[in-house]
Amino acid sequence: MAANRPTARPISPHLSVFKWRFTMAVSIIHRATGTALAFGGGVLFLWWLLAAASGPDAYAVFYSVARGPIGILVGVGLSWVFFQHLLSGLRHLYMDTGAGYGLAEARSSAVAVFAGAVLLTVLLWVAILSTKGL
Amino acid sequence: MGNGTELGRVRGLGSAKSGVHHWWMQRVTAVANVALLLWFVISLVRLPGLDHASVLLWLRQPVAAVPMLLLIASVFWHLRLGFQVFIEDYVHDEGAKLLALLALNFYALAGAAAGVFAVLKIALGA
Repeated sequence: MAANRPTARPISPHLSVFKWRFTMAVSIIHRATGTALAFGGGVLFLWWLLAAASGPDAYAVFYSVARGPIGILVGVGLSWVFFQHLLSGLRHLYMDTGAGYGLAEARSSAVAVFAGAVLLTVLLWVAILSTKGL
Repeated sequence: MGNGTELGRVRGLGSAKSGVHHWWMQRVTAVANVALLLWFVISLVRLPGLDHASVLLWLRQPVAAVPMLLLIASVFWHLRLGFQVFIEDYVHDEGAKLLALLALNFYALAGAAAGVFAVLKIALGA
């Protein structure tokens, strides 16, 4: 009985034992980016808004940090995180209709999410740099 | 479907407990976030500058302040629902889970209140 057991048995899903696939990566990264947006994005958004409401001095502090090298780096990172979560979220909504679960289709939509998020991030920063400079 | 009440079965709601509402509101706020955040990002890119005066001038208009209020409500609601699932999936100790959920609810509500206050203060002038 035990001798007949297949050697490569399916394993229960867990980060450390999962075989990396586009489909699982897009799902895990959806949670990771959601968490980053919820706290990193949320706190920075509130800082910007509360600084604007508090007055010119508070806003000057935010503005100088935001336009500094760390601010730009965080801005680029956060905008990629936003587009990645947006696109994988739209993929979720599409799959909620019951569509897109075929292996090939699920894989290509996952690849499209990764490619689209990078593309939109680049387009956004081209737009920012061309209209506002650094 | 089929294990709930007669009415629930007719409406296709399954057992129709609060989990369905949670799932549904996550989708409702997700769709609202798509529209509101795309509006937000495009608006910021289109502003002449992101200095204090430009931001105030923009947020004083009702066409900016009202969507901003909706955005704050939808985003903080969505993150509350989403991170609740995260906590329930990964925090297995009951005490830690309770504290994490409590902290999440406080963060979401306080964050939304602070954001709404900031927008109103700017929009209604002070």
